[in-house]
Amino acid sequence: MNHADVAPNSTEFLATVAARQLAGKRRVFAGVGLPTLAVDLAMRTVNPSVELVYESGICGAHPDGLAEGIADSVLVTGAEAVLSMHALFGYVLQGGNVDVGFLGAAQVDRWGSLNTTLIGDWAKPTVRLPGAGGAAEIVPNAGECIVVLRRHDPGALPAKLDFCTSPSPVRAREEDPRMEPPGHGVSTVITPLAVLRRPDKFGELEVSEVHPGVTVDQVRAATGWDIAIADDVCVTEPPTVEDVRLLRDEIDTVRLYLR
Amino acid sequence: MTATQATKVMDLSTAIATHVEDGMTVALEGFGHLIPFAAAHEIIRQGRRDLTVCRMTPDIMYDQLIGAGCVSKLVASFFASGSAGSLHEVRRRVERADPEPLEIEEYSHYGMLCRYEAGAANLPFFPLRSYAGSDLPKLNPNIRKVEDPFGGPDIYVVPPLKPDVTIVHAQRADRLGNVQMWGITGAQQEAAYAGKRVIATVEEIVDEHVVRSDPNRTLLPAHAVDAVVEVAGGAHPSYTHDHYVRDNDFYREWEPISKDREAVLAWLDAWVHGLPDRAAYLAKLGHERWSALGAGTSTGATGATDLEAATA
Repeated sequence: MNHADVAPNSTEFLATVAARQLAGKRRVFAGVGLPTLAVDLAMRTVNPSVELVYESGICGAHPDGLAEGIADSVLVTGAEAVLSMHALFGYVLQGGNVDVGFLGAAQVDRWGSLNTTLIGDWAKPTVRLPGAGGAAEIVPNAGECIVVLRRHDPGALPAKLDFCTSPSPVRAREEDPRMEPPGHGVSTVITPLAVLRRPDKFGELEVSEVHPGVTVDQVRAATGWDIAIADDVCVTEPPTVEDVRLLRDEIDTVRLYLR
Repeated sequence: MTATQATKVMDLSTAIATHVEDGMTVALEGFGHLIPFAAAHEIIRQGRRDLTVCRMTPDIMYDQLIGAGCVSKLVASFFASGSAGSLHEVRRRVERADPEPLEIEEYSHYGMLCRYEAGAANLPFFPLRSYAGSDLPKLNPNIRKVEDPFGGPDIYVVPPLKPDVTIVHAQRADRLGNVQMWGITGAQQEAAYAGKRVIATVEEIVDEHVVRSDPNRTLLPAHAVDAVVEVAGGAHPSYTHDHYVRDNDFYREWEPISKDREAVLAWLDAWVHGLPDRAAYLAKLGHERWSALGAGTSTGATGATDLEAATA
C-alpha cells in the first residue's frame, strides 16, 4: 500500500482513520466538521452505500459539494428524504434506526461519557462550550458512537469530566439499572496519538492502535487515567496517497476543514 | 375564499409593534434554514428589552439580539453558529457577565423539540429517552424524572414551552395566512402551534390558488398564524431553499465581529439601527453579493415557478 506522508495529528490522518471505521455500517448520523470529511471519504472508499443522516431532518444525503453545516442546502438537494426534526429525533434516532453516531467533544472519560457543555466551575465556567445539541440523544440511542478528538492530553481525556453532557451506559446504569440505554455508547475514540476502543458496553476504553511514531507509553502518559492497553495493540494503518488526494482534490477543495 | 375572510398581511414594523412586547417569551425558530433575521433586526430596531428568547440553536441572530441588549434569558440546546464557531456575545455574558449576566436554561435538541411538542399539543410534559446519567438535570431542574405508570423504567420529561410569540420565516403564504415552507423545516410547526401568537415572514405573498395547488406544503394553516409579512430576503445570511443560498462568507465574517463587543455595536448601528427595513439592508449588501447568492435569478424560486407553470 502506498502510504501518504501526513502527520498523525493532521485532519487528513484523523478523517481517514475515522472513515475506515464506517466500513460495513449502514446508517450514520454525522455532525459537521471532521465527520463531514470522514463520511464523504467513506462513501468514496470503504462504504459506497452508507446512508447519511443529519439532525436537520435529512436522510440519505447525496451532496454534490462540501456541506458547511448540518442544514446546508447541498445536503437537501438530491437527498432521499427531508423529515421534520421531531420525526428525525423521535422516529429515526430514538426509534432505533441509527447504527453509528459520529461526534466531537471537549472531554471524554474512560467509559466514553462526553462533555460538550463547559470547562471549569458550573456557575462560572472558564469556557462555555456549545452544549448538548443532539449528542445527548445520539449517545444513548445510536447503535454505537465514534468520537474524534483534536487533542490527546489529560485535559481532553480526564479522570473526571468537568460536566457530563452525554452519559455512557455505565453512568446511566449507575443512576438506575432499569434506565440502561439501548445503544453501546462510545465504541471508538480517534485522537492525534491513538485509536481507543471500548469493546464492552460497560467497560473502559483501551488503547487499540497507536499512530506511527507514537509509543504506548506516550499514550498512557497523555491520558488522564491509567488506561488499559489491548492485548492485540497495533500500529494504525496510515492514509494512502489516494485517501489524501480524495480529501484534498475532490472533497475539500476549498480548504474548509483541511488546513 | 370569500370576501369576508380577513387578510393577515401587515408590514414588519407593525407586526413586531403589535405582537412583541418587553418582557415576553419569544421563539424565533428555523434550523440553519429560514432563520428569521429580518424580524430579529426589527425587534432590535424597536428596542425591545428583557425578552426571554427560545431557540434550539442560538446562532448569529441571537448573538445580535443579545448584543443589542434585548435579551435577559436564553432557552436553547446548542450555542454555536455551525462552521463559523463560537457566539462570543453569549460567551462574554456567561463566562464574565460582560456587560451583564445572561440567564440560560439549557436542554438537548430533542428536549427542546419535546418542549415545543408538549406546548403545541397542550400536554403537561413530554417524555424522552435522554438524560439518564447526565448532569443536565442537575443544571436544569426543569428536566425531571417520572415513574412510568405502565411499569417500565422511570423516564425523563420536559415541560411544555408556550412562547408568547413565535416567529418563523417561510417561502410563501397567501394573504389569509396559510404558510408554506419546504426544505429543512426544523421545529417551526411545533414552535408555531406552541406559540400564543405567530408571525410569519415570507419571501412572497402568493395567490390562494398557488397554496391550494399543493396543500402538503402548508405547515402552518391560517388558523395558526396571526400576521403574515412579505419580506424578500428575510432570512439572509441564512438561506431560503429555492430562493437564495446561505451567505457562508457572512458567517465567517461574523466571528471576528463577535469577538469584539464594540465591533458588534458598530455592526448593529450600521446594519440595523441605521437602516429602515430589509429592503435597505439588501441594498446596502449590494446587488452583486445578493445576486451571487442566487436571489432574483432563474435558480431562485424555481420550485414555485415550476409549480405555477405545472398548475397553470
